[in-house]
Amino acid sequence: MNGGALDRTIVETNPPEFDPREPLFRLRDVGYDYSGRQTALDGVNLDIWPGERVVLLGANGSGKSTLLKLLDGIVGPSRGTMRALGHDVTAVAAGQDSFTFHRQVGLVFQDPDIQLFSATVLDDVAFGPLQLGLPADEVRERCDEALAAMDIAHLADRAPFELSGGEKKRAAIASVLSLRPDVVLLDEPTASLDPRTKWVLVDLIQKLAAAGRTLIIATHELDIVPLIADRAVVLSEQGGIVADGDPATILANTDLLVSANLIHEHLHRHGPISHSHRHDTADEGHYHGSDGVERS
Amino acid sequence: MTAIPAGRATADGRIGWLEQTVGGITGNIEHAIFTERHARSDGWLQRRDPRAKLVGFLIAIVAASLVSSVVGLALLYGATLAAARASRVPFGFFVKRVWLGIPFFAGIVVVPAIFFVPGERVFDLALGPAHLAPSWNGLAGAAIFVGRVGVSVSLAVLMVVTTPWADVLKSLRALRTPQVFVLVLSMTYRYIFLFLHTANGILLARKSRMVGRTSGREQRRWITGTMGNLMSRAFKMSNDVYAAMLARGFTGEVRVYSTYRMRVADWTALGVTSAFCGVAILASRIVT
Repeated sequence: MNGGALDRTIVETNPPEFDPREPLFRLRDVGYDYSGRQTALDGVNLDIWPGERVVLLGANGSGKSTLLKLLDGIVGPSRGTMRALGHDVTAVAAGQDSFTFHRQVGLVFQDPDIQLFSATVLDDVAFGPLQLGLPADEVRERCDEALAAMDIAHLADRAPFELSGGEKKRAAIASVLSLRPDVVLLDEPTASLDPRTKWVLVDLIQKLAAAGRTLIIATHELDIVPLIADRAVVLSEQGGIVADGDPATILANTDLLVSANLIHEHLHRHGPISHSHRHDTADEGHYHGSDGVERS
Repeated sequence: MTAIPAGRATADGRIGWLEQTVGGITGNIEHAIFTERHARSDGWLQRRDPRAKLVGFLIAIVAASLVSSVVGLALLYGATLAAARASRVPFGFFVKRVWLGIPFFAGIVVVPAIFFVPGERVFDLALGPAHLAPSWNGLAGAAIFVGRVGVSVSLAVLMVVTTPWADVLKSLRALRTPQVFVLVLSMTYRYIFLFLHTANGILLARKSRMVGRTSGREQRRWITGTMGNLMSRAFKMSNDVYAAMLARGFTGEVRVYSTYRMRVADWTALGVTSAFCGVAILASRIVT
């Protein structure tokens, strides 16, 4: 990664336009239903403060992506009240203050093919700054910095369909960094990536956090949580928050993780001995002795 | 992506429709990738501003439709070949791509004129009450028509293979095309390939699970089901993409990024092209 460009892209943000004594996001009894039927979130109460690194943990279908869309103001809650950066999110989702709001909050979608909708990578990275109405020179400057920060300057003129999965992910993040948002929302940033790219992204997330940005990251990869978060929020499969606290404490609570389907447990039978094993996504295996006591 | 040659024969010697479709999709994607890569190589036309290229090629195509003799067409086609050479376009690819299809399709259109245009007959073959009698004027007109089509298509192909598609679309702004039109076209181009990949994956997944022959009826039912499936995915994706646009501040006003800058070489190339086209038109009027 290009350190200089990365530092500038990461450190520079838009000036805050909200009361710093209030939480950035305040959700009270928030629920969200798809098509008025399927409930994705229910009874969510959450405060997120400036500079926090929050990881949203939950199994597939637990509502993590929906919660990020709510936090980004692209959909409004079906129930409850929600304020973000001094704005009423329902109004933002309806288009009011949307322009100001999206200068400060950027969402990196899980599927980069959704995020990269332009004909070239440069066009995608330029899309956000162009919407801000910035002059062409500044748009170019921001694009160059964001591309250099993600080490993809050489891909600027390439069509997204020519890129690998890791390159698309980097381009998607660059398309958000060019907005220089105060808050970065990342939906499964390391999903489906090779190990090297995954740890490059973990490194980037750490640098974004070190620069004081507020980060909210949805993931179910438990191995990266201690490295990228100082607070963990666990969503149940029913779309409610079941835990909120220090990542180390939450990761140590295996009953909680099993109930949230973040680790799984299955029964083994070895002759007369039977016992259960618990695995998370980073599980490197386990063994047991003839006494049936599990060791790892 | 697994490359399966188009039209590969099955074990019993027949060419499967599945292989044909997969091969066709794969071929289209590979062709697009080849074209995009070639458009970014270092050549004379690739270095020109896309707006200058678009306008220059349009002038040349208009000139091709105005020249009234083979001499003018020969001049234009010679210049087109020279530009292709300077732009490192593979000669065989360029010539074959145009001339393998053009005589056939343009010929079908122009065949009646060969017989109906009045003038001295090449021969007169009596077929009962009818006469098969092409005229020299008709043949000359047909040759010029096919030549015009060939030169025009050559120019269009040369434009496309030396210009990334994104630049072709954005340069339409030079012709005062509305920004929303450019944006929609570029997004269409972007997602065509995504859905080609998806369709390819669906076909390969079906192929991997096929253990026996299916009837034509079953195949048609499967194809219509797959089309519906793709359509539904397209709708979902369009909603998601719109959400992604909103997330980056889209408020309904389209803005397209352009970093083009016309240099002296671009203006010169445009001027020389215009002058040459004028010469070709004049020459075609003088030498018939």
